[in-house]
Amino acid sequence: MDALYVSDLSKAFGGAKALSDVTVSVKAGEIHGLVGRNGSGKSTLIKILSGYHAPDSWGAFQVAGKVAELPLTPGQPASLGLSFVHQDLGLLSTLSVLENFRVGRYKAASLGRIKWRNERRHVTRVLDSFGLHVSLDDTIGQLAPVDRALVAIARALSDASEHEGGTLILDEPTSFLPRDGVEKLFSGMRRVAAEGLGVVFVSHRLEEILSITDRVTVLRDGRNVGTVDTPGLEEDDLIEMILGERVEQSYASSGGTLGGVKLSISHLSGPGIHDLSFDVREGEILGLTGLAGMGHEAVVYLAFGAQRASEGSVTLEGREMAARSIEPRAAIEAGFALLPGDRLHSSGVGSLPVSYNVSLPVLGRYFRGGWLRERVEIGEVEALIRGLDVRPPDPTRILGSLSGGNQQKALLGKWLQTRPKALLLDEPSQGVDVAARKEIFSQVRALATEGAAVVISSTDWEDLAHVCDRVLIFRYGRIVAEVGSDSISEEKLIELCYSTATRE
Amino acid sequence: MAAVAESSARSKPPRPSFGVYVERYGIIAIWALIAIIFSLLRPQSFATLTNLKTILGTQAVLLVLTLGLLVPLTVGEFDLSVASMMSFAAIVVAELSGVHHLNLILSILVTLAIGVGVGLLNAFVVVRLGVSSFITTLGVGTLLGGLSYGISGSVTIGAVPSVLLTFASKLIFGLPLAFYYGVLLCFAVWYVFQHTPLGRHLVFVGEGREIAQLSGLPVRRIRTGSLIVSALVASFAGLLQAGVVGAADPGAGTSFLLPAFAAAFLGATAIRPGRFNAWGTFVAVYFLVTGITGLELLGYTGWVQDVFYGGALVIAVALGRVVANSRVKSR
Repeated sequence: MDALYVSDLSKAFGGAKALSDVTVSVKAGEIHGLVGRNGSGKSTLIKILSGYHAPDSWGAFQVAGKVAELPLTPGQPASLGLSFVHQDLGLLSTLSVLENFRVGRYKAASLGRIKWRNERRHVTRVLDSFGLHVSLDDTIGQLAPVDRALVAIARALSDASEHEGGTLILDEPTSFLPRDGVEKLFSGMRRVAAEGLGVVFVSHRLEEILSITDRVTVLRDGRNVGTVDTPGLEEDDLIEMILGERVEQSYASSGGTLGGVKLSISHLSGPGIHDLSFDVREGEILGLTGLAGMGHEAVVYLAFGAQRASEGSVTLEGREMAARSIEPRAAIEAGFALLPGDRLHSSGVGSLPVSYNVSLPVLGRYFRGGWLRERVEIGEVEALIRGLDVRPPDPTRILGSLSGGNQQKALLGKWLQTRPKALLLDEPSQGVDVAARKEIFSQVRALATEGAAVVISSTDWEDLAHVCDRVLIFRYGRIVAEVGSDSISEEKLIELCYSTATRE
Repeated sequence: MAAVAESSARSKPPRPSFGVYVERYGIIAIWALIAIIFSLLRPQSFATLTNLKTILGTQAVLLVLTLGLLVPLTVGEFDLSVASMMSFAAIVVAELSGVHHLNLILSILVTLAIGVGVGLLNAFVVVRLGVSSFITTLGVGTLLGGLSYGISGSVTIGAVPSVLLTFASKLIFGLPLAFYYGVLLCFAVWYVFQHTPLGRHLVFVGEGREIAQLSGLPVRRIRTGSLIVSALVASFAGLLQAGVVGAADPGAGTSFLLPAFAAAFLGATAIRPGRFNAWGTFVAVYFLVTGITGLELLGYTGWVQDVFYGGALVIAVALGRVVANSRVKSR
């Protein structure tokens, strides 16, 4: 019996077909991967399953043998046995772990007293079973991102396992997780599958798909181009199915000649960082990595003044700034640019047009004769985003309506046009599809070739291995290893991150 | 806006849909409709030139006050002290020039300086100390209201210099000067909001403070400035109020607070839906006043104003939410 079966599903937005005649079946006890580029129809499919969108037409729909009509009404997915973990996790950051866990699920009549003692015992048991050791009374906001994600996942997993059969759908839950968090998540997924539920796993990280799933369904341009068994599947074949053509899985190669020292960080200290010093040369792309919470993720924010450093200095092209007093404004003036990791919170406003977001740092250019020349602005932004292959290349669309990869390309363009001398990026490929990733990194390489210093902080070791000239590995706020271009490989980085993470 | 429409016409099917027009200009149609209804019901009193002038003239102060309020609202800050600031300014100028016979120009300058001072006080507590603007300005507003009663001895000050009356109420083409100040301020706000980089910056600070900060905008200065502008404009509205009424009533402010917010939020559903904007506010102020004047002429006096403004505020914010939701959903 299928844990989830939906056939001949179609959905169009305006004139554009988002899904055409898609059929998906997930077996009970199976972990089923769902992959495709941004805009391939994955999100639409999931939003139909969660009742957010109504399909235009469909053939059959059932969950664990229970037949239902589409569209689903609110609450119906849950009663059928469908549970979801979305990318944004759906947690309330000011409430405690316990409250988040039990909202809407209290074992009491609606006006009855909540039996907190029982609730606590139950939640503790569930969290323990996922290897999560957090205090039930901490608010979600106090937790590390990893633990936050795990709480959301544990909550959904426990909901899912309360049903007789059903399906748990995880929509890019690993985007914000470091590798060690991913392992915890995977063991949870295997547990749920072992109980006879179906698990649907959506991810851009193909190596994760290959390592955890039993079968994979690939969507391309709204069609199901194939559901294949994972064992024996090669990454190249999967990429070919996703893109529709075989592409060299390579990025703009490094190996240009490096100039003198362009950017120096010396004796930098701040939250998560102790007495850190390193140099970046002209034309160099430097990677910073480590397991989550090891401090590498704080460096770019400290250097840019987005977080307050306690000590040290930052020198760009011979101009020294005391790290303690750097403001983003001054950093930008000195020639820095920062592309933050949290896209719609720190990087661009989703409800405003692409043109507004992209032109923000250079808006003064379009203010001539006492008038903001919006037509010129839109023309130049359009040329810029066309050059970055943003789809659709329409500056008047609101940023939030683009897919993650296209948002990131546009926001990279926002900073590239300022011709920065030093470009700082945090997790630039998070939630970005393979093709957009390639575009982003080749643009970054082009900027470096022109003489800029680039610093990328990331836990995507595959990307770092492809893109960087040099990678620094962090542990507890300090650099513990350095890998030069001749010896960078994904395996090497993984090995260094994990091996140094065990305390002596 | 014209440029936006033109460019999208190049790449995609042209013309904003009918729905967009309804959204932008629907309020004007409703405005016209209620004006016609009242004209038919009360042809003798409502549909007269005198009444039109009264409507345009008397509410100019509310228009000015609301336009000042748009600035902090756009930046994402509340300023609940504007109405009390207005009546406080009226009391101060009347007390200084009328009662103590201080030079009028000097009195006006002192009054405006007090406005700047109150704005700085709000900004210090909100921006520097990080307290919510809602609570801060609620407190400061109440404080100013109390001071107004204290200074005036809880009575209306009737001694307003005649120059101030002329400054506010002199009729040009049958309309008081105050109305023209309101229109001028509309142009100024429209220009800054829509045609200068500063206007964009205000929107970014309001919609994504962290993003604005990381893009190099002087966020603290913008937030501080917005609270100073609203207090300064409110004290200017106070001068006008004293000049229009010919007296300074310490309790006048309270009846302006809700109408100002109602007009600002209702204005944000029209002309440029989803944004606080000058011409939307202009339309909203006079839309609300037309409704109230009509109802009063029908004999519903006294209580009808509160019911109308309160209802309008709730409907405006609800409408704004519905519009925003439908946009997100249509993607």
